[in-house]
Amino acid sequence: MSDTIEARGLTKRYGDKLAVDGLDLAVRAGLVTGFLGPNGAGKSTTMRLILGLDAPSSGTVTVHGHPYAGLPRPLHTVGALLDAHAVHPGRSAANHLLALARTAGLGRARVDEVLGLVGLADVAGKRAGTFSLGMSQRLGIAAALLGDPPVLMFDEPVNGLDPEGIRWIRTLMRDMAAEGRTVLVSSHLMGEMAVTAQHLVVIGRGRLIADTGIDDFLREHGSESVVVRTDEADRLARVLRRAGGTLEPADDGLRVRSLTARNIGKLAAAEGIALAELTPRRGSLEDVFMALTNDAVEYGVRA
Amino acid sequence: MNILRSEWTKLRSLRSTWFTAAATVLIGVGIGAVASAGQTRAYPTATAADRAGWDPTAASLTSVTVAQLAIGVLGVLVITAEYATGMIQPSVVAVPRRGRLLAAKAVVFAVVALILGQLIGFTSFLIGQSQFANAGMPHATLDQPDVLRAVVGSGLYLAAVGLLGLGLGTILRSTAGAIGTLVSITLLVRLVAQALPESWAEWMNRYWPTTAGEKIVAVLPVDGALGPWPGFGLLCGFVAVVGAAGYTLLRTRDT
Repeated sequence: MSDTIEARGLTKRYGDKLAVDGLDLAVRAGLVTGFLGPNGAGKSTTMRLILGLDAPSSGTVTVHGHPYAGLPRPLHTVGALLDAHAVHPGRSAANHLLALARTAGLGRARVDEVLGLVGLADVAGKRAGTFSLGMSQRLGIAAALLGDPPVLMFDEPVNGLDPEGIRWIRTLMRDMAAEGRTVLVSSHLMGEMAVTAQHLVVIGRGRLIADTGIDDFLREHGSESVVVRTDEADRLARVLRRAGGTLEPADDGLRVRSLTARNIGKLAAAEGIALAELTPRRGSLEDVFMALTNDAVEYGVRA
Repeated sequence: MNILRSEWTKLRSLRSTWFTAAATVLIGVGIGAVASAGQTRAYPTATAADRAGWDPTAASLTSVTVAQLAIGVLGVLVITAEYATGMIQPSVVAVPRRGRLLAAKAVVFAVVALILGQLIGFTSFLIGQSQFANAGMPHATLDQPDVLRAVVGSGLYLAAVGLLGLGLGTILRSTAGAIGTLVSITLLVRLVAQALPESWAEWMNRYWPTTAGEKIVAVLPVDGALGPWPGFGLLCGFVAVVGAAGYTLLRTRDT
């Protein structure tokens, strides 16, 4: 698998605010890559830099080895949805798409195809200004698909969508990746990425925090723990430490890592220690994400 | 060629384009007819000197003064509507070589503006001359020397002001700002010039781009002014400078 979007030392400064800070990025084909970070982390700015809408303050970013503006056939190479409302409200959906399609030598036939693909065929002649947010998102996705490009980028595509629309976009992105395309999708919702993405790029304050497969990410950060309560806390702690558990105080009991609830129960029974509570706790993805990005924020403040 | 077709699709697919175009022609021709009618009432009481210097062609083409604003606004909107709606973003993503994007806009709009300009020029001229003829006044015909140049020139002048609007819109990105600047350049500066010391006013009258360019609608020579083609050339040069500034900003600025 080759890298299709590649950033090196990518930096963007707006006045004295550093929006993207020395970002190294390599997005691969054939996977849905989730681009994750809290609001204001620099996700949209990074996408604008990839598309050449904004110029980097330093560093480079390329698509298929070219800066975006140097792509011989941009619409046939990259499809992007950044802002669903970036449409002239007075133009019909079909004419909006036709104006974009013409730049790549495409015509009405292709416009009708993508309108059918996103389920807007019935409202092709309606003005885009009358569309709901969900319909606007579909129109934006239709525009991204016009040139049948191998690289797709979506900025927060599920925002404002109904459940049916969200499922539709998820399926679309996974299908596109399964066809060997590069799919980069940003979100500030970890849970959304967990069900859509196969690879994760996490940024906070414009810096890279993690660049990893989603399963590795969960294994590394989504650690399970077990909360136990007992009247004989000191004795249980000795037993669990001997068995390889790591302990920390939690509520009025102990939080145990590296041991399963089943093993803790067996150990306690063998030692005749009565347990008042034995509860497995799985750190949610949102918790992990919050912890990670909070660290980044705190680190940034201290630095 | 593809980008030209794209820009034509953008322009023709907005109802506002057709409304503004129709309004431009109606205002231009309407104001021209009213102004010509005013001339037929003023002429009988004019002095011999005034009559000798009276230019029936130019008198029927005063409509350009008003029509230039309407067509300039249309030129402004070609680009500022994209900034106002956010459409500029998908436009620049589809055509990342921004110079080509602006060039295509300029070419497509220039053709439309030329057609509108010629429509206004010829219609105003024909209505005006028939009014003058009916009033028993001297009037012009297209086969007289320089008359055709003046009538065609009025349309060229309008197209040039339309492109000026496009250039200003590209620089300023705001509809209100660009229209304000356009009105200042075409009308306000002229009023201000009248309040200036005479030597300055003379200089402005000769060299201010739109004042100089407007002389292309005159058949009789105007005192102290550049000739019709040098004056129009000066205006075109000014429009080119404004357009080049817009191009440079469009290329280097974040979108």
